[in-house]
Amino acid sequence: MRNPFRRAALGADVPHNKNTAQMETVVMPLPSKIVLPMGQHIGAPATPVVAKGDRVYVGSVVGRANGFVSADIHSGVSGVVEGLTTLTAPNGAGQSAVVIVPDGNQTISPDVRPPVVVDLPSFQQAVRSSGLVGLGGAGFPAAIKLAPKNLDEIDTLVINGAECEPYITSDNRCMQEDTDFILDGIRAVMRYLDIPRCVIGIEGNKPEEIDKLTAAAADMPVEVKCLPETYPQGAEKVLVETCTGREVPFPGLPSDVGVIVLNVTSVAFIGKHLKTGMPLITKRLTVDGDIVKRPGNVEVIIGTPIRELLEFCGGLTEKPGKVLYGGPMMGICVADLDQPVLKNNNAILALSRGAVQPAKTTNCIHCGRCANACPLGLSSKEIVAAYLKRDTALLARLNADLCMSCGTCTFVCPAKRPLAQNIALAKLLMKNGGKK
Amino acid sequence: MSDKLIVTAAPHITGADTTQKIMQRVCIALLPTLAAATVIFGLRALMLTALTVLACVLFEYGWCRLMKKEVCVDDFSAVVTGMLLAFNLPATLPWWIAVVGAFIAIVVVKQLFGGLGHNVANPAIVARIALSVGFAGRMADCPFPESGVDALSAATPMSADLTSEAYRALLLGTHGGVLGETCALTILAGGIYLIATKVISPIIPVTYLGTVFVLSAAVGVDPVCQLLGGGLLLGSFFMATDYVTSPTTRKGRLVFGIGLGVITCAIRFFGTVPEGVSFAILLMNLLVPYIEEHTRQARLGIAKVKRGGAGA
Repeated sequence: MRNPFRRAALGADVPHNKNTAQMETVVMPLPSKIVLPMGQHIGAPATPVVAKGDRVYVGSVVGRANGFVSADIHSGVSGVVEGLTTLTAPNGAGQSAVVIVPDGNQTISPDVRPPVVVDLPSFQQAVRSSGLVGLGGAGFPAAIKLAPKNLDEIDTLVINGAECEPYITSDNRCMQEDTDFILDGIRAVMRYLDIPRCVIGIEGNKPEEIDKLTAAAADMPVEVKCLPETYPQGAEKVLVETCTGREVPFPGLPSDVGVIVLNVTSVAFIGKHLKTGMPLITKRLTVDGDIVKRPGNVEVIIGTPIRELLEFCGGLTEKPGKVLYGGPMMGICVADLDQPVLKNNNAILALSRGAVQPAKTTNCIHCGRCANACPLGLSSKEIVAAYLKRDTALLARLNADLCMSCGTCTFVCPAKRPLAQNIALAKLLMKNGGKK
Repeated sequence: MSDKLIVTAAPHITGADTTQKIMQRVCIALLPTLAAATVIFGLRALMLTALTVLACVLFEYGWCRLMKKEVCVDDFSAVVTGMLLAFNLPATLPWWIAVVGAFIAIVVVKQLFGGLGHNVANPAIVARIALSVGFAGRMADCPFPESGVDALSAATPMSADLTSEAYRALLLGTHGGVLGETCALTILAGGIYLIATKVISPIIPVTYLGTVFVLSAAVGVDPVCQLLGGGLLLGSFFMATDYVTSPTTRKGRLVFGIGLGVITCAIRFFGTVPEGVSFAILLMNLLVPYIEEHTRQARLGIAKVKRGGAGA
């Protein structure tokens, strides 16, 4: 367990802005087209298996997983493939994408049927063919998490319902609206992986959800844990420590300390998929931000252009400064509004130019807030100083590569210095062996 | 809607606190003590403070202009230094000595080292020590309160007879001393305000005062008088907690506070100069980089490396 004198880990009091927490999910009608990039997960991009003019149906595979760390990509509409295009990913890399024009009939593919699951291999196969990736935001192919090398040492399933990013309430709505699917999913994972215990971690700002899941899971070996309301409670390593008292080693995975972590939305999807066989083709998203006319939670077909989603939410009141995939702490800037909604998105935020105006920076005043807030105990300002000197030996000694870019240090810095951003560059410098 | 969007790395929001707001809160925390000093020593206390603040701000402005650096007096750090400097001076000090002090604090100690965040020692402390050494007679010439009788029989309360009268005098500040060393109550109020508004962590003041208390009791000196007398309260809440010249981690602050207490007591009990707090803070300031190196936080999931403490 953490000794607060050895690691303060105060986190940050980030305003929650959960404006849409009480807004029921609405289903967005069919978009004019969907764009499905082949890299919507960590790992190798999928290989397109359709060509221009092909007919596809709801649930048809359009991209086949390319290797072990990869995931299938399915069409969320029935229609005709308009072609393959190259899309610039948020990190600037080009990637191929399949564009499909819906025919409006939403004919379901004959391949979609409930999977026959009798044991662990068939369960893992079902999850693999569903195209599920970590829906908390990381986008790690879920089937790999469910196939740990040390299966007999896994004793705890941790379900991440923290939802610590400001604005986002899609996991919150999932806990309200899909409670049964969440429990079905938990039951399946615990049964097929033979895990005796489950902890659901939910931040204290969601008391209704804590009560609802506690009541629903009363007859199961499930503990619902109320997490502190400081950011970032939902970061995997932080969550594992708060829920189980165990420290995930670095480098390492939660499975190294006997834990498997799944997001609530991921586990709800598993529960639903086992019933229906429908692969991952839709996503519940929070659409919010200071310039969205009608914020809310929307169920969207993956691949829907952001422009059409924002129009469905009433459009914007002014020209946007930034549009984000995800929340304001870790979200990724969308380069243009024609970019599509991706599998691992849980929010689209549109923020005005004024809201994202960078504040004036001053010299570092050594207040130490960055280090004391860092959930991992890193000395943010020292890492940045070492990076500016290109001192890779010191960066290694300070464990700069442990940083998960949660952004807490930048948020708390009163001098408004871009700490997390520089640490990301420091990690790159370390990876490239001292060369930029 | 086809207009270009801003693309930057995350995070996209920052907290409400700024360097300026923090410095302003320190100024607010010092105001009750300024008021008390004005009541005790008359208007000249207020005038002296106004003078040092003005001098500090002007030196900072002038230096930045001269060196063609960005002028950053709006961060209020020079105002804090000016107030703290005045609180370390007797109300009767000639004005030009106070200006010399401001020059030492801002130009010599702060700007020559690179400005805000780069100074090695606390500017106000070094200026006080320099003036005490350079103008020993005038710095020791502490006036008695203007109103009423000095409750204590001597100008240096540290050596006074200890009665309940004396305690009350120390608490209220109705005794001789520099501006900010007199009224213990207002300094405590300011310190509590800083802790409550999370400007400072309580670790340094608590360990500093605690160490002095324990060591005083151990050698048979009245601990309460040690805590309330001299510059200890002002030093522990306002000078030792200066971000730039104190450690950043909890462990580091603990070590720093204990070190301050030990040095202060050593000077007070065995030394000959009445500068226990100033020298303790200066000496510990110089040790901060070393303390920082050896008191880094434990990192989640990183096994401890056995390597002489470094990097642990």
